[in-house]
Amino acid sequence: MLTDPRVSIIDERLKDIQSIIAISSGKGGVGKSLVASTLALALTKKRYKVGLFDLDFTSPSTHMILGIKDVQPKEDKGIIPPNVHGLEYMSIVYYSGDFVTPLRGTDASNVLVELLSITKWSKLDFLILDMPPGISDTTLDLLRLVKRVKFIIVTTSSVLAFETVKKLASLLKDLQKPVLGVIENMKRDKSDTIEKEAGKLGFRYLGSIPYDEKLEEAIGYLSQIEKTDAARSIAAITLGVSFGKRVLIHAPDSRR
Amino acid sequence: MHEWALAEAVLAAASETAEKEGLRKVTEVYVKVGELQGVELDILDFAFSQLKAGKFKDAKFKTDIAKAELQCRACENKWILNRQKLDANTAEAIHFVPEVAHAYIKCPKCGSPDFEVIEGRGMLLESIKGVR
Repeated sequence: MLTDPRVSIIDERLKDIQSIIAISSGKGGVGKSLVASTLALALTKKRYKVGLFDLDFTSPSTHMILGIKDVQPKEDKGIIPPNVHGLEYMSIVYYSGDFVTPLRGTDASNVLVELLSITKWSKLDFLILDMPPGISDTTLDLLRLVKRVKFIIVTTSSVLAFETVKKLASLLKDLQKPVLGVIENMKRDKSDTIEKEAGKLGFRYLGSIPYDEKLEEAIGYLSQIEKTDAARSIAAITLGVSFGKRVLIHAPDSRR
Repeated sequence: MHEWALAEAVLAAASETAEKEGLRKVTEVYVKVGELQGVELDILDFAFSQLKAGKFKDAKFKTDIAKAELQCRACENKWILNRQKLDANTAEAIHFVPEVAHAYIKCPKCGSPDFEVIEGRGMLLESIKGVR
């Protein structure tokens, strides 16, 4: 028979989480991790209960952005993610440390299944997933294992990045997976090209994040990150503060 | 004690199989436990004894260890990993997520981290027996 038993418990592990949102992109380097981290933080500020799970197993970076170190999960009939900055935080770095961890696709799949099956999240409003770029193993596994996942797609203003967004979008549309919208990151001008292109794909344009030179030096220091224009824009976009009617993440239909 | 979480997974998978096979009572659940993960069998047995209920109430849980056999993809060298030789921190990290072995273990022949775990990674539900 030889069945992998872990897959059978994943729904049970996620049952107390209202909304699972994957921060995705077709291409690397567009700022997914920053969006995922600051979005998760912004949601905690609104008193939601939030988890952040870094699924970029070979190149995790959310722990660096948030300055998370010297914490470990507790072991109690599973793994209990530590609460850091008000977030339940999970990452492979608890186990791989700073070591290079080269993983082929099947290994990455195994890490995802293992962590989904042993991690015991508490009752959460949101679980934010920081995805690896592209549409390979982890994205496909997530679609297979977590049927109710919703997506936010991050792109830069570059047509190269947006071209890969179209491919990710096409996959998600074919599979009828909900996409909450597109965020344009590192925007340097007032062009509305990406907004129009997102509209053509039938996606909501959630807003833009300006290119922010101060961001690099703020990495690892939460209080400084929160003061950057980039983090403010993300908070505004995701919580519908500056966009008035574009209230997205806490819209009733997305909290089911 | 994350063996408990794995035991819950085994019971969930075995329940699905029992349902599919139309078993009204399960008499035996056989699990292969890969040595790479270093699951503590005593804890696993304890978890099974505490968790079993319903159609699993009288089931016997049988566990066997599968040796961790690795093969290098670069030079094709095969070897058996001896967990006893790992330092405590490495062994614990691999215990929780066996794939982080790629961060700590290299092919003893050529030094590549690009190896495959042919057998003995983690837990597999080998078979269940029961009464229809």
